[in-house]
Amino acid sequence: MQQYETVIVLTPLLSEETAKEAIAKYSKLLTDVGAEIVQEDNWGLKKLAYPIQKKTTGYYHLTEYRAPGDLINKLEIEFRRDERVLRFLTIALDKHATAYNEKKRSGAFNQKKTVKAEEAAK
Amino acid sequence: MANEQIQYVTAPKVDDNRKKYCRFKKNGIKYIDYKDANFLLKFVNDQGKVLPRRLTGTSLKFQRKVAQAVKRARHIGLLPYVTDSLK
Repeated sequence: MQQYETVIVLTPLLSEETAKEAIAKYSKLLTDVGAEIVQEDNWGLKKLAYPIQKKTTGYYHLTEYRAPGDLINKLEIEFRRDERVLRFLTIALDKHATAYNEKKRSGAFNQKKTVKAEEAAK
Repeated sequence: MANEQIQYVTAPKVDDNRKKYCRFKKNGIKYIDYKDANFLLKFVNDQGKVLPRRLTGTSLKFQRKVAQAVKRARHIGLLPYVTDSLK
């Protein structure tokens, strides 16, 4: 089962719980088919760098999961159908990416992550 | 009239000959996260365009990863496609 990471940007118009409910709908759709969610990260409302569909802020949500390959297409059809989702981006994670996410979760970057920091030393 | 300024036709090329190095190879960074916008700002000029390798000195392999990450960040609205004063 390949590991994937999906970022979705929801429209800011909907209230907090409808946003949560929309996200819950997608994670349920994932777990129904047997995908295993590794991590869910909610960034909440963030300012967009450029207006998307005339909106300047977006509700960001990140999901990292392990899923069979054919599920991604179904998921993206759902995203296209749902008008609450402004943008979505699904990435297949390679071993460097999963290692990076693992280190990020374990807080290896908590100290000021200057690029010059001896990250390699860890 | 005697002390008029010497006008260079083309700007004098100040060659900063400090050895450029690929920061990714040097620090052992293997993955460039497209969600980390302020890290990507280092590789983008103030118009939001990706900096060329000859200025940043990154190796070809990581320059492609940087360009890929910047384009992904632009897609989800973390980085602008074009702007005038980014930094």
